[in-house]
Amino acid sequence: MNVGTFILVSAIKTVIALLVLLTAVAYTVWLERKVVGHIQNRWGPTRVGPFGLLQPLADGVKFMFKEDLVPPHVYKPLYIAAPIIAVVCALTSISVIPIGNWVTVGGLRTPLQITDLNIGLLIILGITSMGVYGVALAGWSSNSKYSLLGGLRASAQMVSYEISLGLSLIGVLILAGSFSLREIVDAQAGSFWGFIPKWNIFYGGQIVAFFIYLTSAYAETNRIPFDLPEAETELVAGYHTEYSAMKFAMFFMAEYANMITVSCVATLLFLGGWHGPLFGAAVLQEILPVFWFLLKVFVFLFIYIWVRGTLPRFRYDQLMAFGWKFLLPLAIANLVLTGLIVALRS
Amino acid sequence: MQPVATTFFFYFLAALTLAGGVLVITRKNPVHSALALIIALLAQAGLYLMLYAPFVAGVQIILYAGGIMVLFLFVIMLVNLERSQREEQFNKQWLLGIIAATALGALFITIFVRGRAIFPVHIAAVAEESNTQEIGLMLYGNYMFTFEIASLLLLVAIIGAVVMAKKRI
Repeated sequence: MNVGTFILVSAIKTVIALLVLLTAVAYTVWLERKVVGHIQNRWGPTRVGPFGLLQPLADGVKFMFKEDLVPPHVYKPLYIAAPIIAVVCALTSISVIPIGNWVTVGGLRTPLQITDLNIGLLIILGITSMGVYGVALAGWSSNSKYSLLGGLRASAQMVSYEISLGLSLIGVLILAGSFSLREIVDAQAGSFWGFIPKWNIFYGGQIVAFFIYLTSAYAETNRIPFDLPEAETELVAGYHTEYSAMKFAMFFMAEYANMITVSCVATLLFLGGWHGPLFGAAVLQEILPVFWFLLKVFVFLFIYIWVRGTLPRFRYDQLMAFGWKFLLPLAIANLVLTGLIVALRS
Repeated sequence: MQPVATTFFFYFLAALTLAGGVLVITRKNPVHSALALIIALLAQAGLYLMLYAPFVAGVQIILYAGGIMVLFLFVIMLVNLERSQREEQFNKQWLLGIIAATALGALFITIFVRGRAIFPVHIAAVAEESNTQEIGLMLYGNYMFTFEIASLLLLVAIIGAVVMAKKRI
């Protein structure tokens, strides 16, 4: 493949991935409003289109045509840069996520992923950790006490839970022996005794790591029960109190895009990625892996929404104590155990 | 694929690192300094990538740019900025400054001139795929002692911080 084709293929894949991701973000919001509505015995959106399906479109139009207020007391350069940082970091991390095997389109073999890096997972963690700046700087530059408190809470919470998050992933990395997401998924092919899939969640005690990952990921994405940075009852809206129109929409998009990324990583690392039963015609066998992957991601997104409809919010000291005194020791213990298992087996 | 425009990227990243570093010490507002430092650290990660050290680059971003700098920013946000902005930014130790700068400059020039004799010309290329593994083996094999000393130092620092922060232990 020469440089020209490479750039063309990458550009096409990037555009497709962005379109799919942004549509998924819009419809995750719709799904959330619908599901939470039903959990609380309401209907959710019903007016715009059948089942309210055009609601995200209407919301998008509203965000674009609303007046873009910039309060006079903000520090302007960072106030404008903060939502951009948040959304760029949220959207970039999708670039290393593989959604399926290799495909051949018109004689050109290409992986179903924008780029396959051998440090894919590190890139995702790095970009996620840069996303904190969007939130922290929004809080600082808004020059308002609610925003500042929200920003401070967010940065403290994200830094604390990032450690457990990273440590929970290392067990999987030891088992797979690679940072490349594609290789991690390939290591999970096959099954035990012919019927239990050889996914990491069933393997070497990684179910503990799975729950540590899920809990820390909820804290990383500022979702209930860890949504203290934007706790409405105490902080108005937290770090995005002073934001309106499209800038607010950027934070919103970043939150949901991060949810999707987290779900993708959980699927790839713990639930075997695109592996699943294959059957039927050749065309169906090409499509099924992608279908399995999307189904698993959907399940994670649904759990996200389910948890939001079920659990109350933590108190701030509970959140910190839980992260440092429970999750972190558990993650380290899991890491030592996994290392021991791998060492004894080889 | 072969890497493209390596010379351009090297000078670009180096310039970014230097510009970030200069801004860190010249900006009066500590938040701006912290942001400049983040840019310098990110550009450094890019330089590590160009040296075929993907693991070091990733860890540089996660730990320094993403972890430690967030804590810096966190502390800066908590302190009273107005007072620190009125204070003088540089102290007037001209003589010491000149001596230190000359010494450092002499060191750099020596290395630049005699570098070919000091450093190996060709380093055996480490396979990119097993880069992480190689680093792990090096750290826990060849450099075990240094590594343990570093962790001991960190432990001492942690205990010191706890002792200072807690009134009663």
